[in-house]
Amino acid sequence: MKAKSKKRNQWKAWLYLLPMIILLLVFTVWPIINTVRIAFLCRWDPDVGAIVGYDYQTSMLENVHYQFGINNFINVFAAGNSFLTALGNTMLLTVLTVPISTMLALLIAVALNSIKFLKKFFQTVFFLPYVTNAIAIGMVFATMFGMIWPSPAKPPTSVGIINTIIEAFGGHYVNWIDRGSSYWANIAVLVTYIVWNALPFKILVLLGGLQNVDKQYYDAAKVDGASRWRIFWRITVPLLSPMIAYVVITGFIGGFKEYTSIVGIFGEDMGPYGAPGKLNTMVGFIYDSIPHNQGKASAAALILFAIIFIVTMINMYVSKKKVHY
Amino acid sequence: MKVVLQHLTKIFPSRNKKDAGAEVVAVNDFNLEIPDGKLIGLLGPSGCGKSTTLFMISGLQEPTAGKIYFGDDDVTKLAPENRGIGLVFQNYALYPHLTVQQNILFPLQNLKGEKRLSKEEMLARTEQVAKLVQIDEYMNRKPSELSGGQQQRVAIARALVKMPRVLLLDEPLSNLDARLRLQTREEIRRIQRDTGITTIFVTHDQEEAMSISDFIVVMKLGVIMQTGKPQWVYDDPANLFVAKFLGAPPINMFAGMVRGGKLYIGEEAVMDVDGAADQEVYVGIRPEGFILDRAGSLTCKVSGIDVMGRDISVVSTHENSLNPVVRSIISADGIKSITGDTVRFSLKQHKVFLFNKETEARVYFGEQVATHEAMIAEMAAEGQVYAAHEGPLPREADDKDKPAAAKEKKSKRFGKKRAGSQDHADSEEKR
Ligand SMILES: Nc1ncnc2c1ncn2[C@@H]1O[C@H](COP(=O)(O)OP(=O)(O)OP(=O)(O)O)[C@@H](O)[C@H]1O
Ligand SMILES: [Mg+2]
Repeated sequence: MKAKSKKRNQWKAWLYLLPMIILLLVFTVWPIINTVRIAFLCRWDPDVGAIVGYDYQTSMLENVHYQFGINNFINVFAAGNSFLTALGNTMLLTVLTVPISTMLALLIAVALNSIKFLKKFFQTVFFLPYVTNAIAIGMVFATMFGMIWPSPAKPPTSVGIINTIIEAFGGHYVNWIDRGSSYWANIAVLVTYIVWNALPFKILVLLGGLQNVDKQYYDAAKVDGASRWRIFWRITVPLLSPMIAYVVITGFIGGFKEYTSIVGIFGEDMGPYGAPGKLNTMVGFIYDSIPHNQGKASAAALILFAIIFIVTMINMYVSKKKVHY
Repeated sequence: MKVVLQHLTKIFPSRNKKDAGAEVVAVNDFNLEIPDGKLIGLLGPSGCGKSTTLFMISGLQEPTAGKIYFGDDDVTKLAPENRGIGLVFQNYALYPHLTVQQNILFPLQNLKGEKRLSKEEMLARTEQVAKLVQIDEYMNRKPSELSGGQQQRVAIARALVKMPRVLLLDEPLSNLDARLRLQTREEIRRIQRDTGITTIFVTHDQEEAMSISDFIVVMKLGVIMQTGKPQWVYDDPANLFVAKFLGAPPINMFAGMVRGGKLYIGEEAVMDVDGAADQEVYVGIRPEGFILDRAGSLTCKVSGIDVMGRDISVVSTHENSLNPVVRSIISADGIKSITGDTVRFSLKQHKVFLFNKETEARVYFGEQVATHEAMIAEMAAEGQVYAAHEGPLPREADDKDKPAAAKEKKSKRFGKKRAGSQDHADSEEKR
């Protein structure tokens, strides 16, 4: 009797879940499976919607469905240096932004947690970038760092606010993002932008963690005579370590999927004027490949997935050792 | 290290700026001198300001007024880390991410300058303290892998490792089960004797305070009600609150009257009370203060007899009793003489306490006057100052005026307490 009603309840539960399951199957699970399939199909021709056979000599257009191989992966790496450029840019941005944004977020969260006056106000201020459109912020950054420079032969007619500030302090303006700007200047701007964009979420998570830390640990540490610095490193950081691990892991995942920030600042050319693709990322590379070669795009997506998977595994492994409970 | 508290007061400001009356006077003009090397028990119902007193001594909270001296040093303004105190928190506050050893090491690693020890010295000191509290086997465990009693000992070790001048313990046993509580309190006593560190032990369990302390301080609503040796405070309570708060089973209270040197409970003159002026009184009689006596003058209706081995407890009722039942403890031999449904008692003079109905202060009579004075003299000889609260509490009037919501909040606080001390809280509430 009881078992029966339990079974019926289970049916109900499945029924309620069904719409979501169907949506997930159609829009998430199937595309994932299909991506894997396409990545391993040889010579996928998007026009034909099938595999194009090898034998052009005999003019035989053989539709060899389901012939699998690693051809697409070879194509990814054969695509000149563009994939390696994208991979390098992505790695560099991730490796730079995750530690910087995590450290900054930690400091800001601790500071926010310790002030009383205007606490709510500052919490809101620091959260604002989270609810602002990333492309819009990118455009603002582009204006701040950019300059109006009609002729490369002459100095710019007008510079952005960042350069104005640099000049106010007696420095020379820097070509951050415009034609002929250096790679490291570009990266500096991107890092600033990405860190800025990543901060609110991290601050939110860490602040939540901080507010859950029992105040008595701090009282105990005070009685034990620990300096502020030691309290931070020996008490706050370890007690927050689960949150920090979460923020770092999601930060890496987000970093490897970096794309909008570059579009926001440099536009869809993924590079400063005159050097398109210079700042391309993995996701950018995938998007670029989709129109003319879905097989290559899928293969690149799988590579990206593998990288994220491995890095996340390493992160998890390290955090298991370092996270304390 | 002698600890002196002078006019120590802590007022928590009202959260609501408009209603200044909502401020909490957690500790009210607290004066106390704790002789060097003694263990004192700070005792009182939940919310009476024990932790607040302790936090002020530790420096974690700043007094609103008053001064704190360690020896001859005024430490009132000193930061906690410079006071040389060890503090064990109500729930230990062990660092969950550090092992037992790292927890105990932590205070040592914070030492700077001259006081800084070498690594070997630190480890040796840690080892030594761990041995003292008998946790040296668990050095590499995390706090979550220890039992409550073990955690508590780690907390004590962490407090002791710096060789504090004063050790402060905030209800350290409240999280333990009855057996462990008994065992650990013996251990705290032993450790305190071994180290000779002046120790303040906070509890709301009167039995705990009585058994462990050199002397106890009974508090209510932030005010000292009485100080003294445990047995002394039990035998010679200075006011109604102390009499009711100490003793298990609790004291029996009656409404009574002193007229012409005789004490009346109802219409019966139960006892001669020489030297007491005519007045309305509360009569407190300890359970062991009753003597079965056919010629006795206090007549009660028997409602039950509990046999407790050597003794029996006669549960009876009396119309002038302020408690639902009158509980007396007499020797088991007496059981034969209880026949019928009434029982007559005569009373032991030194187990009967009178309190003025208005002020609730003790009314001494007969030999009690001399005993009381002898005990004060004894205390003075040991360098302690007798302190007792007489007269109504300054805040009780306010209490009645408080809006119902505030009162309800308070009773909720009481409701949270352990079952063991519930009766005290209840008797508190009823008053
Ligand atoms: N930070 C605070 N702000 C306002 N009121 C407080 C604060 N801390 C304590 N109080 C109040 O001061 C009074 C004394 O509190 P305290 O913590 O000292 O009690 P306690 O005797 O330690 O009680 P318990 O046995 O429950 O631990 C209580 O009425 C409490 O509500
Ligand atoms: Mg307390």
